[in-house]
Amino acid sequence: MYACKKDPHMLSRRASLYLVAPAILLLGLLFLYPLGFSLLWSFRDEETGGWGLQNFIKAFSLYSNDILFTLIIVTLSTTVIGLLSVAIGGYLTLGENRVALALLRWLYRWPLFIPFVVAAQLMRTFLAKNGMMNNIFVSTGLLEPLQAASFLDWRGIVITFVWKQTPFVALLVAGAMASLDRSTIEAARNLGAGRLRILVGIVVPQVGTTLVVGLILSYVVMMSVLSVPLMLNAQTPTMMTVDMAWRINAYSDYGVANALGFVSYAMTAVIAWFYLRQGVREGGKPA
Amino acid sequence: MNLLRTCLTGALLALLAFAIFGPITNMLVWSVAETWYYPAKLPQSYGFSFWERVFRPQGNAMESLVNSVVIAVLTVIASLAVAIPAGLALGRGSLPWRSLFLLIFLLPQAFPSIAVHMNIARIFYGFGLNGTFLGVVLVHTIQGLVFSVWIATAAFSAVDRELEEAAANMGASPFTVFRSVTLPLALPGLMASAIFVFLISLDEFTGTFFVGVPDITTMPLLLFTASMEGNYQIASITALILLVPSVGFMLFIERFLKSDVLAKLGS
Repeated sequence: MYACKKDPHMLSRRASLYLVAPAILLLGLLFLYPLGFSLLWSFRDEETGGWGLQNFIKAFSLYSNDILFTLIIVTLSTTVIGLLSVAIGGYLTLGENRVALALLRWLYRWPLFIPFVVAAQLMRTFLAKNGMMNNIFVSTGLLEPLQAASFLDWRGIVITFVWKQTPFVALLVAGAMASLDRSTIEAARNLGAGRLRILVGIVVPQVGTTLVVGLILSYVVMMSVLSVPLMLNAQTPTMMTVDMAWRINAYSDYGVANALGFVSYAMTAVIAWFYLRQGVREGGKPA
Repeated sequence: MNLLRTCLTGALLALLAFAIFGPITNMLVWSVAETWYYPAKLPQSYGFSFWERVFRPQGNAMESLVNSVVIAVLTVIASLAVAIPAGLALGRGSLPWRSLFLLIFLLPQAFPSIAVHMNIARIFYGFGLNGTFLGVVLVHTIQGLVFSVWIATAAFSAVDRELEEAAANMGASPFTVFRSVTLPLALPGLMASAIFVFLISLDEFTGTFFVGVPDITTMPLLLFTASMEGNYQIASITALILLVPSVGFMLFIERFLKSDVLAKLGS
């Protein structure tokens, strides 16, 4: 891509390899090696010193509810994030009210870089039974005082994930939508198509890859967040990340923890595979 | 019809504003609440005594604040030390399988990181790295590696070749060209990468949770502990301290990350 004709590169091939080596070495030592370790050690029975599926049997017998719970939470959050991102990106692309556009553009990105642990603390106070959300609902007459309930359970986790991750996906989606060729949109508009129809029929299909990449990255991130379920969901069932931390801190049981880690990789791989297969079926190139 | 649409848009925007600023407001109120007992809707008394407790020089909170900043600075240095050469090679060099190299750095983003972190902690334990600054800095560096390498690559790719050629034609050595032309032109992008890595390190929770304990407490861990102990004032003040740089970066990101660099990201 950068191969110029007269002066191909300022660095030779060998120099380039030397320069990239430290970063690759760091990645190998601190990511690939522990990753291999975690894959391998999930099949290791450290009490008997043998290899086998004992850790997985134990993990499923103890935590199958939590595995299901994690899958539901993360899938539900991803779906809501996708819908909201398309709505935000869509309005930013097709909206006509200048004031609303400026407000939305200023508003939606706030949680973008707020860390999960901070988001969890905000929600821990906001969504509590006596938190600001219920107080405002009661004060404005939307809710009877006795109906006020704590949202600090699975709903709290989903709300926090959506709150934190929607700006990221919406930013990617809005960026992709902004660089679309406007002529097809204008043509559809001239033919009398409504905005919703244009969004679903013309805009979303063209930014599908960006949307899916953003959603997969969010899915992976949510699969590995520990602070949010720890702080917002004290009861069972809970998310697998909490179980992994518990197996290690309470029992030093790396076998079962790694088996759960393996399951979380597998859950991510399934999503990625669905996406790749979809890409092949549509004949397009996946990102 | 038009009025109805305007009203609906306004209502939706108000709902969004409530959803985004409601939790933040609740945290702000907690950070200045002196006493706030159930079932009062607002604190019984306000004050800054918890702030004084957080910023007391010999307190836990001050120690974790200092820890967080020291670790973040060291993480930035470590990241740039490997990302600048790598970015130079990927952006300007002649690497075989260049896109494969770029993809490899994305791998940590493709796996749920918690399972990797707990094994890093186990491996580090064997080397006596658990509970040390070096251990925590290494974990944070790997978290930020994809961003630092990709942004550095984009920053070096965006440098105009003709300026380098001009300097070379006037007799500058390759190193002089790099030092006086390439590096200064790539600097804004590298700054963006440094700020990004600083933020990632400042906010990192899971890796520190496994590798830092019991000796190294950073702000996110202090926030977590305070919150689990029910000390919402300390937790909210810590949350606010972490929130300010995050929101600041969000508001000014476009100034750090110029569109010519952004366009080269990942390509």
